Amino acid sequence: MSENENEITINNYLKYLSEGKLMGSKCKTCGQIDVPARKLCSKCIKPETDWIEMSGKGKIAAFTSINVGTPYFVKKGYDRKKPYVFSIIKLDEGPMVSAQLVGVDESHPETIKVEMPVKVKFLKVEIEGLPEKVDLGFEPA
Amino acid sequence: MGKLARKVALVGAGTSKFGQTFPLRRIPEHWTDAWLNAVATVDNGIEPKDIEACYVGNYSADLFNHQGHLGPMISSLVGLNPKPAPRFEGACASSGIAMRQALITIASGLMDVICVCGIEVMTEVPTVGVTDALATASDVSFEYTAGATFPGLYAAIASAHMHKYGTTWEDFMRVAIKNHINGKENPFAQMQRSIKDLMERKIAKIKGAGGEVPDWKDEFDYLRSPSNPPIAWPLYLFDCSLVTDGGACLFLASEDVARKFTDTPIWITGTGQGSAAIAMHDRTTLTALEATVEASRQAYKMSGRGPKDMQIAEVHDCFTIAEICAMEDLGFYEKGKAVEAIKNKDTYRDGVKPINTSGGLKSKGHPVGATGAAQAVEIFKQMRGIAERDRQVKFDVEIAMTHNLGGSGGTCVVQIYEK
Repeated sequence: MSENENEITINNYLKYLSEGKLMGSKCKTCGQIDVPARKLCSKCIKPETDWIEMSGKGKIAAFTSINVGTPYFVKKGYDRKKPYVFSIIKLDEGPMVSAQLVGVDESHPETIKVEMPVKVKFLKVEIEGLPEKVDLGFEPA
Repeated sequence: MGKLARKVALVGAGTSKFGQTFPLRRIPEHWTDAWLNAVATVDNGIEPKDIEACYVGNYSADLFNHQGHLGPMISSLVGLNPKPAPRFEGACASSGIAMRQALITIASGLMDVICVCGIEVMTEVPTVGVTDALATASDVSFEYTAGATFPGLYAAIASAHMHKYGTTWEDFMRVAIKNHINGKENPFAQMQRSIKDLMERKIAKIKGAGGEVPDWKDEFDYLRSPSNPPIAWPLYLFDCSLVTDGGACLFLASEDVARKFTDTPIWITGTGQGSAAIAMHDRTTLTALEATVEASRQAYKMSGRGPKDMQIAEVHDCFTIAEICAMEDLGFYEKGKAVEAIKNKDTYRDGVKPINTSGGLKSKGHPVGATGAAQAVEIFKQMRGIAERDRQVKFDVEIAMTHNLGGSGGTCVVQIYEK
C-alpha cells in the first residue's frame, strides 16, 4: 500500500511503539524535534524530517488521576474505585507527549508531583475482542 | 486585521429553560422555546420575512442524537426556508463561531438580518456516551488513547497551574460557589440553587432519615465531603459544568436596519477567533490558553477597547480552572493573580468586575453547542437592564464581553458589546 515503508505516518509511529520504540521526527532544516513524529516540521513547516528515537526520559508537566474514565480505559479495567493517571510528559529532548502514568499511587494523586522525573514504559494492552496493542506509558524514573 | 465594514447590532436574544429534558423536550422544543423567548425581546417585533439567513451552532447532534444536517431542520421550524441555513462546528465554541460568522456576513453588506441558533440536546445518550462524544473534541489519536477525558484535560491544566502559581482547591471551589449564587437568580438555569442551599438540603435529608447530622461549618466543609466526589483529581464534581439540554437564539442586524427593531441596539464592536493545537501536548504552555489570548487580542484591537474597559463578562467556565485561566488570559488579571480577585469577591455580582452573572456553565448549564449564543443572551439582558430576579448588576453596563472556548482550548471566540 505505502510507497515508502519508512514514511512518517501515524501508522508507522504506532508500529514503532509496538516494537518498544518512542520515535519522533527531527527537522533537517531547523533541528526541531516533534513527538509523535511529523512529516511536516511543526516549526518551519518543511517536509524535511527524519525519524529519531527518543531516550524515553522526561519529567511530568501536568497530570490528573481520573475516576470517571473513557470507555477504552473502562475496558482496560479502571473505574471510580480504581482510577488511572493521564499525564503530559516533557521529554528531555524538548517535546511533550500525552501518556498513561503507571507505577504511582493513583488513589493518592497528591503524592505525584509536577516535574517528577519519569521514564518510558511500553504498556501491552490485551482486551478481549480487540487485537493486542502497545500504548505509550511512563513510570517514575 | 481589518475593521468591520459597517456596524452590527444585537437586537434580540433569548434561551430555552436549560435542564436535562430528554425525552420531554428535544431539539425542536429547545429551539422554538429559545426563538419565542428572543422574539419577545425585540421591541418593535421581528418576523421570519425580516430575516435573511439562519446560522446554526451545534457541536454534535450526530453523536448525541444521531441527527446530522441540522441547518435546514432548525430553519424550517421557524419559517426561514428557503433561506440559507449553514451549520458551524467548533466543539463548545460552535455557536460563538456561528454568531461571529453572522456578524461578518452582515458587516460585509451581503445581508442585513441573520438569526443565530445555538443548540445541543445531550441527555439522549447515557453519561458514558456523553463523556465519549465530548472526548472526540480532543486529539483522538494521542490524547484519547492515553486516557484523556474532558475533565481530565482541564485537570491537567489545573495541576500545572497549581504547581506554577500555588493555586488551591479552595480557589477552585470559590469559583463554583460564586457561580451557583448567580445561577440561583436565573430562571433559565439548570441548577437554581446556591451550594449553601444544596448543603442545607442535604443536612435536612440526613436529619429526616434519622442519620447523624454532619458538622459542616460552611460550604467548604460540605464540598470536602463525599457529596463532592473526585472526577479527575484535582477536579471534583463541583468543579465541573453540567450536562445540559438547551437552545439559544440571537437576532443580529446591520446599522442600516437595526433601529427598525429597537431604539436601544447593543452594538458588537469587536470579534476575534483564535486557534491552538488540539492536543495540549503540542502547545507551548499548559498554564494559559493561547487561543484565548489571540481571540481577545483581535477583539480588543477591533473595538479599540482594553481589558480594563470590560465592565462585566461571561467567560467559559466549563471547569472552575477554566474561569481562572480566562480571567488571566483575557488580560483582566496578571497570570497567577486571578485567585486574589476571586478571594476578594471582585467577580461577584456586586463586585468591581462581575463575571458569569448568568451562573456560568457551572450553574446555568452547558449545552455545548448552545453555550456561546447563550452567553450573548446574558450580556444582552444585563446591558438592557432586564436580567431576571436579583441578577441584574447595580450599575449601567456600557461595555461587556463574551468568551467562548472549544474543546480544551483549541478554539476560542471573543465578542465585545457596547451600547
